[in-house]
Amino acid sequence: MKFIKKALTTALGFALAYPLISSAANEVVIGDIDDMAGLYSDVLGPGGVEAAKMAIEDFGGTVLGKKIVFLSADHQNKPDVGASKFREWVDKNELNMLLGGANTGVSLAMAKVANEKKTPFFAIGAGGSSLTNADCTPYTVHYAYDTTALANGTAKVITENGGKTWYFLTADYAFGTQLQNAATKVATENGGKSVGSVRVPLSATDFSSFLLQAQGSKAQVLGLANAGADFTNSLKAANEFGITKTMKPAALLAFISDIHSLGLKTAQGLYLTTGWYWDFNDETRAFGKKYFAKMKKEPTMVQAAYYSATMNYLKAVKAANTTDSDKVMAELRKMKINDFFAKDGYIRADGVMVHDMFVMQVKSPEESQYPWDYFKLVKKVKGEEAFGPLSDSTCPYLKK
Amino acid sequence: MTEIFGIPIQVILGQLLLGLVNGSFYAMLSLGLAVIFGLLGVVNFAHGAFYMLGAYATWVLLDIFGLGYWWALILSPIAIGLIGLVLERLFLRHLYKVDPLYGLLLTFGLALIAEGVLREAFGASGQTYPVPEVLQGALDVGFMNLPIYRVWVIVASLAICFLTWYLIERTRLGSTLRAATENPRLVQAFGINVPIMVMFTYAGGVALAALAGVLSAPVIQVSPLMGSSLVIVVFAVVVIGGMGSIMGSILSGVGLGVIEGFTKVLYPEASNIVVFVIMALVLCWRPAGLFGKE
Repeated sequence: MKFIKKALTTALGFALAYPLISSAANEVVIGDIDDMAGLYSDVLGPGGVEAAKMAIEDFGGTVLGKKIVFLSADHQNKPDVGASKFREWVDKNELNMLLGGANTGVSLAMAKVANEKKTPFFAIGAGGSSLTNADCTPYTVHYAYDTTALANGTAKVITENGGKTWYFLTADYAFGTQLQNAATKVATENGGKSVGSVRVPLSATDFSSFLLQAQGSKAQVLGLANAGADFTNSLKAANEFGITKTMKPAALLAFISDIHSLGLKTAQGLYLTTGWYWDFNDETRAFGKKYFAKMKKEPTMVQAAYYSATMNYLKAVKAANTTDSDKVMAELRKMKINDFFAKDGYIRADGVMVHDMFVMQVKSPEESQYPWDYFKLVKKVKGEEAFGPLSDSTCPYLKK
Repeated sequence: MTEIFGIPIQVILGQLLLGLVNGSFYAMLSLGLAVIFGLLGVVNFAHGAFYMLGAYATWVLLDIFGLGYWWALILSPIAIGLIGLVLERLFLRHLYKVDPLYGLLLTFGLALIAEGVLREAFGASGQTYPVPEVLQGALDVGFMNLPIYRVWVIVASLAICFLTWYLIERTRLGSTLRAATENPRLVQAFGINVPIMVMFTYAGGVALAALAGVLSAPVIQVSPLMGSSLVIVVFAVVVIGGMGSIMGSILSGVGLGVIEGFTKVLYPEASNIVVFVIMALVLCWRPAGLFGKE
């Protein structure tokens, strides 16, 4: 009797627990935490969500016989919001992989959670290269670009072409300072130097005071170490105050969405570095067309990267035949990334996805032939050259 | 080169001018807030949103209807003022009798809705508006290149500030208005329709915000977030000047613009908090603000 009672309660217990176990075991959960409504939301935001969903759909909606579930949330550019959402998803929804949107500050906080919860984390929108150096984790993949690659593109080309003295207008947070340091390093290595900088609070309403200081420095190059609305507003004011006549502006990070909103008249001639452009070849144009049909604009480099990262993560899950984080990470490091986004890209031990970068120049309104025809290629930078050698990485767990 | 505190005099003059430009924006926005608070007792948190809507109306007029800057200068404030009129009539009116906190919550909610709708419609990175042709180019004033448009902003906004002050403090209409807020029942007894008057006052304050939006459209990206980053500073300006004091908000607006400009040279990192530091100091020393009545 006692035995039957015990058996029954155990069975009942299993029956109650079963739906929970099965739902988690039958799903692969991919999350996306990004700035959905703030100053960076045009760079990724809802467009990134769409790109990731497109990848899941193109993959077939299932992997290893499990349904692929997609979650997204807004971090509002607050590191604590991003980190706690990530932790909640891992604990409650058994999240398998996270796509990280814009803002280096938030991504640094989320990388800590990735390490603690042993969950693969694709940092895509954030630029700060410390994600794969001082703050690296075995689960971080820095997929699209980083501050080192941006500097090795734009800063190198401009210094080589005679822009020897630099003055920086820097966004006053982790991303801005990392970008400024990287660009200063590259300029110095190529015979140039930084003659000064001014740190501007994020989302400032007026840039003219800072620009006047830049002009007073008599530097040849105005290095804009900021992004999004801060970048467009500072470039606009530089034009208005005639600063672009005496100084050459360098966009250390600009996305096609920024150029679109500025217009070619203001942005023409600007150098910038990107990991991807929709109008490179038939493959990139095909993705652009598909995306355009949904979002009514061409994708930015990081939106394309969201698709590519999601697709390649799912391929790695399939190849490893498991969602176990360590096994999937090992598979990701083994495989080559070959798609419309990157050619012969690979994920290095420190987490950098090494792939070619491109220095572009913004076309003049006369050169632009059709809608979204904005960039011309100046120089292709080989992956190893752009992201620097692995031996330069200060990633602590590599040293073990 | 002459220097003051180790800063070249040219830089100081340049920053002084730029401070005046920014200060005149602050003055115009805080003026509208002060009018609405002084006469209606409403803390209008939607002020930044109306400023943003004014800029968007300017852009829409050009982009969709082909009407340029000078048309926008008249039409945008009227259009946005009408929206203010409707909102006062439908919502705000019912909140005059209750705690001012409710008005604040309502207007804050309205601001969030306006931002959300425009972000959905036009995206977050914003639109570019060209500087009108007659005001293009820059003047070489010796120590800097001063864009003509910025000179126009100073002139236009100071003129508008003065007109508003004159209208409220020195005309018969203004004195009726002030009397109506002091003792509505008595004024009503003289045969004046107070609710209609209050409605138009709110619309007028809103139109001032929209006008500031038109003036700023060619200078910064017209984006849904442009108002929310400015409105907090403008509130601080009003508090420093003294809630409800018209002249106080104009003078403290211009003054704080200049102080902020100098902070950008001396210690740029502090430029976005200097206004709040001053606000805290003023509140300790004169809780009613510099020009406010106890």
